Amino acid sequence: MRDKLHEIVEEFADTPKELRLPLLLDFANSLPPLPERLLEDRDGMEPVEECQAPLFLAVDVAPDEVRLYFDAPPEAPTSRGFAAVLHEGLDGATPEEVLATPNDFYLSMGLEELVTPLRMRGMAGMLARVKRRVAAGIEA
Amino acid sequence: MPVEFDQDPKIQSYAHPERLVTTEWLEAHLGDPGLVVAESDEDVLLYETGHIPGAVKIDWHLDLNDPLTRDYVDAQGFAALMSARGITPDTTIVFYGDQNNWWAAYALWVTSLFGHADVRLLDGGRKKWVNEGRPMTTDVPSPAPADYPVTDRDDSVIRAYREQVLAHIGNGKLVDVRSPGEFSGELLHMPEYPQEGALRGGHIPTAANVPWRRAANEDDGTFLPVDDLRAIYEGEIGLDKGDDVIAYCRIGERSSHTWFVLYHLLGFDQVRNYDGSWVEWGNAVRVPIEK
Repeated sequence: MRDKLHEIVEEFADTPKELRLPLLLDFANSLPPLPERLLEDRDGMEPVEECQAPLFLAVDVAPDEVRLYFDAPPEAPTSRGFAAVLHEGLDGATPEEVLATPNDFYLSMGLEELVTPLRMRGMAGMLARVKRRVAAGIEA
Repeated sequence: MPVEFDQDPKIQSYAHPERLVTTEWLEAHLGDPGLVVAESDEDVLLYETGHIPGAVKIDWHLDLNDPLTRDYVDAQGFAALMSARGITPDTTIVFYGDQNNWWAAYALWVTSLFGHADVRLLDGGRKKWVNEGRPMTTDVPSPAPADYPVTDRDDSVIRAYREQVLAHIGNGKLVDVRSPGEFSGELLHMPEYPQEGALRGGHIPTAANVPWRRAANEDDGTFLPVDDLRAIYEGEIGLDKGDDVIAYCRIGERSSHTWFVLYHLLGFDQVRNYDGSWVEWGNAVRVPIEK
């Protein structure tokens, strides 16, 4: 797992249980806004249907760098929080690093009992879609 | 002593006007003795971003479900939850939430299983309240623990089990409140993406399909006027007030919303929510489906 993402996972795991949701909310609040070009072309983004609330993602794949963009409304803070974890952990990574991310990396964050497994599916869905885009980007 | 009912004409037009309040009414009654406002959302963090002043949080999954029995909390668990939220059996609980109140309706339905008398929904839910610029806060109340007796859950009146649904086919009315795509059994996910958790797609034989969201106005999430609701449920799919009706969806949350419409707003005599819904039915051995 990429170091940056690993650090985030550890940060959650080391945070006392009652402070993990506030931490996720901090992440949600830190999700950067979309760049102008995507703001104008939201139709080109991919909806993540596994998220209970609307979330869209876009991925730019260069040979040495993957850029990630997520968009979710303020009324979907959990989806925003998941997106921010992936963004902070994987934005700027190499395609190989993204593809090497374990599909179940989030199980070690200690969020399942607080967020429920059903809701955690959103995170799995986001990562699966990011990886799929990166794999397709390499082939293209 | 229940908090006074909302006399708003639209609210009064429903069969059980004591089950619904307007945002205006709620703002005027915030802080009334005997009133507890409870937020139930799909998004587990939404309450933390801000909520109606004084409102407590009741999470459908973390508070109302028992993780070991695949059932709702038991009588002790429910009494403990109510007590911790400062609720007594005489308290008027007004539920509200995101997504057109879908989880709020679910929390109200579960609370009704335990016989809590005065439960109401906020018409339009969280979105309407926010859009109207009404007060919000991030202050989390810490109510003094209240006395709540251990009251048995009664699943016989408004909850349906799988065996009952099976026996209901051909003998009563079934309403599937999922989207048309789920109803027809069309696959909605792509290969290799997480599945919805059911092995078969389709619906319970004889069920009529009315997506739950149709009962709400698209713009503000409030319930449709009573005549429009009648046109849908009585006119389009031929339900009758005296019918024995079971509603279901995927896990019983969206169908709680429809249950509320049929039971409280239209005043149907017998309406049950099949909370096992498609996650159970679509996977169950020896039960029929239709596509």
